[in-house]
Amino acid sequence: MNAIEIKNLFKTYKNGTEAVRDVNLMVAKGDFFALLGANGAGKTTIISILIGLVNKTSGAVKIFGHDIDTEFDKAKRLIGVVPQEFNFNMFEKVQDIVATQAGFFGIDRANAVNNSEEVLKKVGLWEKRISMARTLSGGMKRRLMIARALVHKPKVLILDEPTAGVDVQLRFGMWDYLRELNAKGVTILLTTHYLEEVQQMCRNAAIIKEGNIICLDSVRNLNKLITQETYVIAVKKMQSLSGIEVYKPIKVDEYTLEVDLNRDEQLNGLLIKLINNGFDITDVHPKGQRLERLFLSLL
Amino acid sequence: MKQQWIAFKTLVHKELVRILRIWTQTLLPPLVTQTLYFIIFGKFVGSQVGPINGVSYMSFIVPGLVMMAVINSAYGNVVSSFFGAKFQRSIEEMLVSPMQEWVIVAGYVCAGVIRGVVVGILVFLVSCFFTHPTVYQIGIVIVFMVLTAVVFSLVALINGIFAKNFDEVAIFQNFILVPLIYLGGVFYSILRLPVFWQNVSKLNPLLYMVDGFRYGFFGFSDVSVAFSAILLIILTLMLWQANIWLLKKGVGIKN
Repeated sequence: MNAIEIKNLFKTYKNGTEAVRDVNLMVAKGDFFALLGANGAGKTTIISILIGLVNKTSGAVKIFGHDIDTEFDKAKRLIGVVPQEFNFNMFEKVQDIVATQAGFFGIDRANAVNNSEEVLKKVGLWEKRISMARTLSGGMKRRLMIARALVHKPKVLILDEPTAGVDVQLRFGMWDYLRELNAKGVTILLTTHYLEEVQQMCRNAAIIKEGNIICLDSVRNLNKLITQETYVIAVKKMQSLSGIEVYKPIKVDEYTLEVDLNRDEQLNGLLIKLINNGFDITDVHPKGQRLERLFLSLL
Repeated sequence: MKQQWIAFKTLVHKELVRILRIWTQTLLPPLVTQTLYFIIFGKFVGSQVGPINGVSYMSFIVPGLVMMAVINSAYGNVVSSFFGAKFQRSIEEMLVSPMQEWVIVAGYVCAGVIRGVVVGILVFLVSCFFTHPTVYQIGIVIVFMVLTAVVFSLVALINGIFAKNFDEVAIFQNFILVPLIYLGGVFYSILRLPVFWQNVSKLNPLLYMVDGFRYGFFGFSDVSVAFSAILLIILTLMLWQANIWLLKKGVGIKN
């Protein structure tokens, strides 16, 4: 059974904007799925329809087989959502926010308090449990929303740009936690601008443009669609580039070169050419922006 | 059903915590305001006004002032809390949950009624410093106080649903609710008005709430108590359905 099934989904807002146009999407149980697209592509609208914040114009949506038109309450019980923007009462205490959310999901007070303790400890906010939400830092507020989304133990976790504006340390911490959740069987659907995030964590991805899915495949296959790789080459001292012009190298600084290689070109050939031209190579690594390239080429 | 009941209790609990957290805004101001009314209208002005149906003017205005506090508190609680949740987007906590629409309506109304009734009782206790209020039929007093609080909680929810900004919250309260309260017989018996204005006053639904409530204290009324009670019940049912319909449609809260 698929965790999420979307068929022929359309959404036209009252002002006439067609935000979603005939979207078909299946997210398998246990998947780690990315929804990619530029701002205004329709990602948040799709997510908002899944969680009941936006009414669809037409189409069918099922969460673990529960149709949102006929069994939305059952579908909602299976979903946890971390929205893009903070959407909690800033004047409430951290644990109250999380325990109240559990109550809204029908979990009795005693269990709601226990669950909230569990998730707050997990995201490192237990020490802040009696603090007003408004006193938390930006990163803590984002963790609070993750804790709130998990308090009813959902089977599907939907995250709308969860690491936007989050520092590197926190982002890595969140990645680890999301991987851990996914390993425990939680299906994860996320939207993000950080393509590195997709490459690091996701198994499958869809790219949305103007409300349509224009590309849907595994991240591995999407990577293969790119026929070029950029290599970053560190050297002890920059030499003349005239001998390697055939590779169209880009001089980043006095110690770094970037070279694009087609899939059919060998790295060995480039390295030999560099050595023969007097370059003393200290490091070579792929730039790792394959998905960015694909993303930009499709958009 | 059990889960909906838990969700209802959670919403009421959350609202009560809010009321107590900001008690200087929710419980204290009506006491100060109504005390001033007792002093100015009851003592200073009332001493110049003769008894009404054998009841001193100070005693006569007690039910009206209690009801005014009940209406303002119930209304203010629901509209500010619901619109605040919309404004901060914390309303999404309910919308993404499996809570049914009637639970949301019932939760807000219950909290509004509790605040209204608590403030009403406190104002009544304050009135004891100025007069010796009597109660003719406690059942009538309770029914009218609770039903009125329910009606105005439901009206407030509709206001909160439609409001797009704080101005739209204040407009209804300042330009419709306050005039209706003052012209609803809080400070006078409409029987003392010319016939034309008596008939105009009868178009004001608040008259029936204040008058029925006052009947519970003194045993006399300007209009039929049974009619007032039926009107309140009909208003409650209509407003309840309107709220459920609006929330199901997602008016003001969903795109």
